[in-house]
This record gives sequence, structure tokens and C-alpha cells, in this order.
Amino acid sequence: MPDSNEREKAEAPAQSAVARAVKDPVSRRKFMALTGGSAAAAAFLAACGSDSGTTTTTSTAMNGSSSETAQFGKGDIGILNYALTLEYLETAFYSDVVKSGLFKGADLATIKKFGEEEAEHVSALTAAVKGLGGKPAPEPKTEFPLESAKSVLELAGTVENLGAAAYLGQAGNIQSPEVLASALAIHSVEGRHAAALNTLLGMPITPDGAFAKPATAKEVLKSVEPFIVS
Amino acid sequence: MSHEELANPELAGVEVVQDSGDLSRSDVILKGALAAGAVYGTFMVGPYVRKALAMSGGSDVDILNFALTLEYLESTFYKEAKTRAKASGELKSLIGLLADDEEQHVEALKATIVKLGGKPVAEPKFDFPYGNTAGFLKLAQTFEDTGVSAYNGAGPMIKSKEVLGAAGSIVQVEARHAAAIRLQNKEEPAPEAFDPSLDEAQVLKAVEPFVA
Repeated sequence: MPDSNEREKAEAPAQSAVARAVKDPVSRRKFMALTGGSAAAAAFLAACGSDSGTTTTTSTAMNGSSSETAQFGKGDIGILNYALTLEYLETAFYSDVVKSGLFKGADLATIKKFGEEEAEHVSALTAAVKGLGGKPAPEPKTEFPLESAKSVLELAGTVENLGAAAYLGQAGNIQSPEVLASALAIHSVEGRHAAALNTLLGMPITPDGAFAKPATAKEVLKSVEPFIVS
Repeated sequence: MSHEELANPELAGVEVVQDSGDLSRSDVILKGALAAGAVYGTFMVGPYVRKALAMSGGSDVDILNFALTLEYLESTFYKEAKTRAKASGELKSLIGLLADDEEQHVEALKATIVKLGGKPVAEPKFDFPYGNTAGFLKLAQTFEDTGVSAYNGAGPMIKSKEVLGAAGSIVQVEARHAAAIRLQNKEEPAPEAFDPSLDEAQVLKAVEPFVA
């Protein structure tokens, strides 16, 4: 199938890009500077590799499969910007929840932690889009119904399960192995958040069973539409 | 290196053997992954696995066979734990769920390998070093974190979009298991913003001895 060849082609420069990134102190410093020195973000960026070899290979290897994120940009840039939009939404949500005063103690600590992690995803995705030569998607204005602790936790569970499904839905569309590695690294964290919230809610940790189900960008964007003001 | 210096000493005691005495390539990579996780921490498993698979060919069948060996380990671990972990209540149901999920992963991976024209590797025998519920939980946490890291490390090497989708669907479930087990251990369900899959020069250098 066409995808196999394309991914194969992308593989060789990808590994050398990583090798270069880890060997080359200049590009490591560049990564660190770009990310403000956060080790996790540096690892993410190293994984995203802004080296031109991969970018060239992947942009020519584009096919129609990621057209559903085309409104956010071409190819991997579009997918990263789509992910960035969702991460902005999650970050804003957790920030509003913290301010709402509905939670305290251990639950508040969990919410704060998850919010911080989403904010790190925002920084890393922003840097990754720039690294590929794209323009990061703007932060959407959001509004969430924050009525009770229970309804907020339910909404958090919905948002995280949707986020995990959104990343899974894009995995096969990503052309660059570095971008894929980074998306996978975030995807499993969204899965962890979802399972933790489901546990708090007394819901199954794996609502889809032994195999998680992906969601298309269309489905995800429709679901989050009510929370986006502009 | 003494056990006190290991990041996850419990992983160092896990045995992987074949009755025939001949370990498969996947068994060897799994042993290396457990060693990397024991010595340096589970975050090192991804880079190790990626490198080890690349050095052993790294076809989709190779990757799936490694994943199968990992799922054999998890499936056997939870099946045994149903009685051996001496769990009750919520944890007992969780173990049942995890055993069932891992068993389904084993079956799905076998079927995918056959579909791609490959031959599923034989299941090794495992020996798990724990004596009580707390020991079980500790090992379970490192196994699940190891699984997430291993899948994330191997993911970008997968050639077929369908196989990648299937592996992604499994790794998300492993991540969910990891979070649930971590909550049982009163640990952060998602300790880091990124489940690392690639890392820096020291990491690659550090796993070198296991990949030789």
C-alpha cells in the first residue's frame, strides 16, 4: 500500500535526524533555548526534529488522508495545529475549573497537575509547528459550564476521553516519524488522564474494551464546538 | 550493580525462559527491555526497544512479534495474579479486567501476524518475583509503564497504517491500565506530560550494552 512506502522512505532521514539532534550540541542548545530549558519539552522537540531532511520528505509524501485537518494547515502542520487547538481547550478548561473553587484537596491537586501537563502540551506543540515552518493555531476563546463538582468531573472525563481518541484518530495520518513519536508520547498521557478521571467517576477505565477507538477530526470538532466562543 | 542502585529492582528479577532453551529474538529484546527498565527506569524502555528492533530488522512482523511477547508477559502475569496477588474488592475486579484485556491483545496480535504472512513467536515461560499484594502492585505498575514506553518507542517504526492504528489502540489501553494501577499504588496516574519515546545521547549510549 502507498502508505508503507512513504513511511519507509521517511524512516531513514528520520533516524539520522534524531541521531544528528542528539549528537549535535548546537541543535540541542537550540532546542533547549526554544523550549525555555524544560527537559520534557526538549525531549519532545528533539523527537519532532526540525531538521530539513525529514520535513522535505514528509511534505512531498502528503496524501489526502489528513485533509480533514486541512483547515489547520497542510499535512503534519495541520495535524499538530488541530492537536494544539484541543490542548488549548483542555488547558483553558482546567484553568477555569481551578478558579471555580469547586474542588479542593486531592481532587484539586489532580486537576492542577493535569492542567499543567496540558499547558506543556500546548508549549511543545506550538514549538513543533514552528519547527516545521508553520504558523501555530491561535488560542480559541472558550466557555465551559461549571455548575457542580460532579458535572465538571464528567465533562473532564468526556474531554480527556475525546482527546485520547483524537490523537489515536490522527496517528495513521502523520507522515514524519518524529512528529508521530511526539504525538504518541502525548496520546498515552491523554489516555492516562482519561482513565484516572473515569476512576474518579466510578466509570470503566477502558470504555471501548481492550482496543481504544479513534475519533475523526470531524467528530471531535463537532463535540467541542459548544465550548468554543470564537 | 547492587539492587539498591537500580531504578526498578523488581524488574531485574523477572525471568523469561523457553522450555527448548532457545529464546526467540523477541524474547531477547524483551529481556533487554526489562533490564533497561530495571537499571535506568521505564522511560528508557522506548529508546531501547526502538534501537533493538531497528538492529534486528524492524519489519512490521518483527515489531508485532515483540509486542506479542510483551503481551504474553502481561497476560500471564495477570492470569496468575487472579489467585497469587491475594487481592480483594476493587483490585480483584481490576485484575480480572486487565487479564482479559491483555489476553485479547495476545489474540489480536497473533491474528495480525498471521494475516501479514508471519509466524507468531512461541510463548516463553515467565517467573515473576513477588510475594504479596503490594509486591504485585509494584511489579504491575512497572510492567504497564514499560508497555506504554515500549509501544511508543516502536510506533514510529511501523510501516503499515493499519498496524500502526492497531498498535495505537493497544497502547492507549496500556496507558489506561498504567493510570489505574498507579492510582491503586497512590501514585500520580500521569507523572509526566509526555510518555517519553525518544531521548537524548546519554540514553542511547546507556542502552548500548543491552543491544550489542
